[in-house]
Amino acid sequence: MRRNTWLAALQGAVVPLVLLAIWQAASSSGLVNAKILPSPVAVAVRWWAYLAPAEPYDPANGGYIAWLFSGELIMDAMGSLYRVVMGFLVGAILALPMGLAMGASRAAFRWLNPLVEVLRPIPPIAYIPLSILWFGLGNPPAIFLISLGAFFPVLVNTIAGVRQVDGIYLRAARNLGAGPLTIFRRVMLPAATPYILSGVRIGIGTAFIVVIVSEMIAVNNGLGFRILEAREYFWSDKIIAGMLTIGLLGLAIDSGVTRINNHLLRWHRGLEH
Amino acid sequence: MSDILINHVYKRFAVPGNEVVALKDINLDIASGEFVCLLGPSGCGKSTLLNAIAGFSHPTEGSITVGGRPVVEPGPDRGMVFQEYALFPWMTVFKNVRFGLEVKGVANDVADARVRELLDMLGLSEFGERFPKDLSGGMRQRVAIARVLALDSPVLLMDEPFGALDALTRRSLQDELLKIWARLGKTIVFVTHSIEEAIYLADRIVVLTYRPGTVKRDIRVEMPRPRDAASPEFNTLKRELSRLVSEEQQRHEAAERAGLTTD
Repeated sequence: MRRNTWLAALQGAVVPLVLLAIWQAASSSGLVNAKILPSPVAVAVRWWAYLAPAEPYDPANGGYIAWLFSGELIMDAMGSLYRVVMGFLVGAILALPMGLAMGASRAAFRWLNPLVEVLRPIPPIAYIPLSILWFGLGNPPAIFLISLGAFFPVLVNTIAGVRQVDGIYLRAARNLGAGPLTIFRRVMLPAATPYILSGVRIGIGTAFIVVIVSEMIAVNNGLGFRILEAREYFWSDKIIAGMLTIGLLGLAIDSGVTRINNHLLRWHRGLEH
Repeated sequence: MSDILINHVYKRFAVPGNEVVALKDINLDIASGEFVCLLGPSGCGKSTLLNAIAGFSHPTEGSITVGGRPVVEPGPDRGMVFQEYALFPWMTVFKNVRFGLEVKGVANDVADARVRELLDMLGLSEFGERFPKDLSGGMRQRVAIARVLALDSPVLLMDEPFGALDALTRRSLQDELLKIWARLGKTIVFVTHSIEEAIYLADRIVVLTYRPGTVKRDIRVEMPRPRDAASPEFNTLKRELSRLVSEEQQRHEAAERAGLTTD
């Protein structure tokens, strides 16, 4: 088992390493302009500079840990992460009760679904002009856009989750003497969690996409802002370093969410459902 | 003393362009502590009747009373065991069995003790912290039985509970059920399409006709338990019931050929 994981990791590293080698060869041989595509080594150097603290360590300015995390990259990543979390929470907290209501009540569904169907296809990006008009610059418009991105996946999956609850569970619960409130809380809600959690996962993914875009327009820190800023100075090595950081952060968030989901769904037959 | 009284019960379903009479003038008087099997081919309305007793669906006409009270909705006085187990997959075995007690508002320590006692009785003590997905079909059905026994209801309704199990597991659960029945004195209404199962278990076998569902024959089984499936009495009764059931099965198939139904 353990041996297999190592082998799989090794196997997974082959293609990226080959690509890196080709990339490095192309840059070193002068085949491509370093302004257009800098070499992997240049990216790595820039990445380190981006990550490392800007000032030398000075105890007068606070503790060692604070200094260690004072690099620009860490600050940007924290800024982006803060917006993702806040935006996702706002979106999900609004979507969850609405989805539960729309899934459980036909009347609520009939009242709200036409509106949802019209608004849902509008990408959050299309709200950028309005969000600036409404919220100005800074975090508020960004969080607004991110919450929109997270809202619909959570909503749609919650509705589907409540609707697919097998009638046999409801019958069993009624037979065991449970009233409507108990059935909702202890049967419908847990039975819908696999769907709700996959909505959460998609919602966080969308939030992460939207945060990058929103940082390109409304704020002056964060990973999205930084790669746009780097473009203005033609720092293509920093652009790539920023992109890879975005990729790694997205991967870390998604695997964290998947871990939490798997724990919450340990009763479930399949892990991915 | 009678426990379940079924009085002139009719059940009609509207289907596009037609009406199906699932139950027609059913009259049954089931005594307290009696073990009754409802037997018949599929489509004879035996599950419909059981669902009506459980309160999941209402008769179109007629009335059903259980313990002197008319049935209006499902309730813990009539615990139901489903063929599909219907255990809550997100709860452990222990929590599944505890559910009915929690709903009733039984004090925590009393409920815990009761659950442990039931798990013990059904040979599930070791499985309390497992989730249903980790159990075999037979084990799941044991949990489902423990879950309704927790309700302490005088009446147990069982809808082909052992239908999905292999023959050996089925027999051991039948024996277990008989033991529980003898010990707790429940009134049991048990739906099955297995003639052998009905003879093995029941005090009384009610054979239903294919649409409209009526009582074709109401037979009392006097053999002492445990019953021997190889004994001459068992087989005489089996032959008799096979004849009755296959008549109805043929009517079912004829209806199917005539395109009147698809089940």
